[in-house]
Amino acid sequence: MTGVGITSWATAIPMWRLDRGLMGSAWDTPALPGERAVAGGDQDSLTLAVEAALAAAPDPSAIDAVFFATTTPPYAEKHGAATIAAVLDRHSVRTADFTGTIRAGTQATLAGMDAVRSGSARAALVVAADLRPAEPSSVTEQLFGDGAGAIVIGPDAPVEVVSQSSFAEESPGPWRRTGDPFVRSFDAKSETEYGYARAIEEAVTTALGSAGVAAADVAAFAAFAPDPRTYAVTAKRLGMSPMKDPLFASVGNLGAAHALVSLAHALDGAAPGDAIVFASAGEGADAIVLRAREGVTDARPARTTDEAIADKRALPSYERYLRFRELLPWEDPVVPGSPIRAWRDREQAFPLYGVRCTACGVVQFPANRACIACSVADKMERVRLQKRGTVFTFTLDHLVGGRYLETPVPRLVVELDGGGRIFLEGTDCDPGEVAVGMLVELTFRLMHEGANIRNYYWKARPARPGGAA
Amino acid sequence: MPGIKDRVAIAGVGATRFTEHYEKDQEDLLLEAVEEATADAGIERADIEAMWVGVYYRFTGLSGTTAADATRLYGIPSTRVENYCASGMDAFRNACFAVAAGVYDIVLACGVEKITDQGSRGLPNVLRDSIPPFMPPASAPALFAMAASRCFAERGWTREDLARVAVKNHANGARHPKAHFRREITMETAIEAPMIAWPLGRFDSCAVSDGAAAVIVTRPEIAKTLAHKDDYTVVKANGLAVTSSQPMYDPGFDYLGFPATRMAAAQAYAEAGITDPARQISFAEVHDCFTITELLNYEDLGFCEPGEGAAFCADGRASADGQLPVNPSGGLKSFGHPIGATGCRMIGELTRQLQGRADGVQVRDPELGLAHNLGGPGAVCSVTIVGRN
Repeated sequence: MTGVGITSWATAIPMWRLDRGLMGSAWDTPALPGERAVAGGDQDSLTLAVEAALAAAPDPSAIDAVFFATTTPPYAEKHGAATIAAVLDRHSVRTADFTGTIRAGTQATLAGMDAVRSGSARAALVVAADLRPAEPSSVTEQLFGDGAGAIVIGPDAPVEVVSQSSFAEESPGPWRRTGDPFVRSFDAKSETEYGYARAIEEAVTTALGSAGVAAADVAAFAAFAPDPRTYAVTAKRLGMSPMKDPLFASVGNLGAAHALVSLAHALDGAAPGDAIVFASAGEGADAIVLRAREGVTDARPARTTDEAIADKRALPSYERYLRFRELLPWEDPVVPGSPIRAWRDREQAFPLYGVRCTACGVVQFPANRACIACSVADKMERVRLQKRGTVFTFTLDHLVGGRYLETPVPRLVVELDGGGRIFLEGTDCDPGEVAVGMLVELTFRLMHEGANIRNYYWKARPARPGGAA
Repeated sequence: MPGIKDRVAIAGVGATRFTEHYEKDQEDLLLEAVEEATADAGIERADIEAMWVGVYYRFTGLSGTTAADATRLYGIPSTRVENYCASGMDAFRNACFAVAAGVYDIVLACGVEKITDQGSRGLPNVLRDSIPPFMPPASAPALFAMAASRCFAERGWTREDLARVAVKNHANGARHPKAHFRREITMETAIEAPMIAWPLGRFDSCAVSDGAAAVIVTRPEIAKTLAHKDDYTVVKANGLAVTSSQPMYDPGFDYLGFPATRMAAAQAYAEAGITDPARQISFAEVHDCFTITELLNYEDLGFCEPGEGAAFCADGRASADGQLPVNPSGGLKSFGHPIGATGCRMIGELTRQLQGRADGVQVRDPELGLAHNLGGPGAVCSVTIVGRN
């Protein structure tokens, strides 16, 4: 298994943080320390996955496999990896969704490693994202968080795979029957002392043994755990130091994404020679021992996990979170949709193709046969539009679907870098900060569910350092 | 090409009050306006040979029967015209051309909208299927607000500049018996009103109202035999220009005005022989769906230089006693905007002003009046010029 490893990585943490104190006071229950990451109402596991994928694979041209891991896929039937591949404009790829277990992230990673080792893929993109549903007022609701992590697996990588270990075990871990609205769990002890604890110990011990790496020499234990205490106890029992921020107090338990986000976090700070244990459990466990090599610091993403965690806004209320997760009755405007249009416009909606008129040079969107500037027909060439631009003009619209909203929706006319003008909804910003001339970046979001399909498209948010290219 | 200048006469006009007509339906309103117009012309309803009706909502379904059922005039041509906010004036344009073609002697142009029956607060959104690919539509105020934002950034215009239009038009509308809102407002009221779509607040936006209006169109030689034989008015020109329904995707769209207005005005001025509109036009009823629209209309219609729109209102040139009174009726700001009805109401305003019977809002000695509708996101514009015979 020489040479296979991780060539790049990134995380996507939604902008909103909910103070757990607000959650406790909403229900008059004790509050856990810290805050949790909350995906906006226009985000789901797939949009978070797309964001992480774009950041981890700014040049996806060598990616031949796209694997999506989540316990919360947007569709029960219709897989998400193909949507991620579409956004990356990768057509000749193998795609698969890994789901049904917290371990999906490491399972997808192992599959990606196998694909590269076997030569069926030059590089494999593995993305894990989760927005696990928790019962309002429960402690798990406070504990859970939303986020995504992505890695690209390839040969001659700055982070090398040294060993791996997996096993399966029927266990009473958290579960959700088909149709259950929230994650269920048994007595916490069943996980912290039996299911999770024993599984992770067995997998990690085996992997370290075959790698010939002593636990005390491990620089980072990048692993999922159900809660911060179990994480710390497990690390100690295995003889490793816990990571400084195991994510629970800053973003929460990220489910199937937790191990990948922890890994990305660890790799951001890795030095050549560092050994890293990357592990997850759920009906068994997977552990992978990695070794950082020369070049690991150069492979750091434009936006580190620490930066993603630090770039946040406080959600003003617990009720807003309930709205985002559709846990409060709320009448959304009926928006028509068309599966035929969605299919026909897929190259515009996902990889964001526009056209350039070869007669006059004007880049335009949406694609049309006749040029909006010179009227010449059928002289268009396809161009991929850039995902950064400048606000040309805007409004803050309070009238949405026949309802007056106190918090308006920003609507922006954006001039994209490299050409093309596009009309987008603003998101992840305080409406008051929107201005003509503001720099924005495009972000993939759920627009509406017209025609009972999840209609994904782009919105604009204030540009961030290291953001979308 | 003979055109239509002086070949078409307005024999009679009618309109309902524009307001929230909870107790009347669309047919009630349309018949009321038609009855007033036929009485004004001194004809019977049965004298009407063909009808064009402007209506925007109740799309798909009623078609030409919109006018036929209201008037019970069955068995003659009746066509529904839909062209955004210019629907009513485009119905009038079609009626004029039919008369100018010599096909009919007496025809009806009318328009109606029963917006309070649509079950929506604000205008029901119909652009939703035309926006690519998955972008839900913006509200009507939002589409015009983006012009205001651009003018704020580019020209330094302010909310005060917008408010002056609202104050002027409400002062005019307070004196019009058929206006929806018949009270003056202050600058403070306008500026402190809740936002609808920044930077447009409630008083920057016209209201959602119900109403109908009707115009009897004929040839001048026939008008000479009807009730207004001495003071019928004549159509000098009617221009119609259509641009993209998606200016927000047009890299060349500068949001500092509406090319549709400039092009429709150019057509109308050429036909009417107008070379200096600021001096030759006596008064105008223009599309003030939003205050920003009126400021940009001044420029696009050539009433002032580009960039001078805010000053044209601020220095009183557009006031009722100014050099070129704009919206002496009170405009859409005072009447609201039952979409299909507005264009025909404006033609009625021009006619009554030119006949010296615009009670309460009469301007001094008008020779030529101009009516202007701008629809969609500034995409469809109709400009009509009417003069004394």
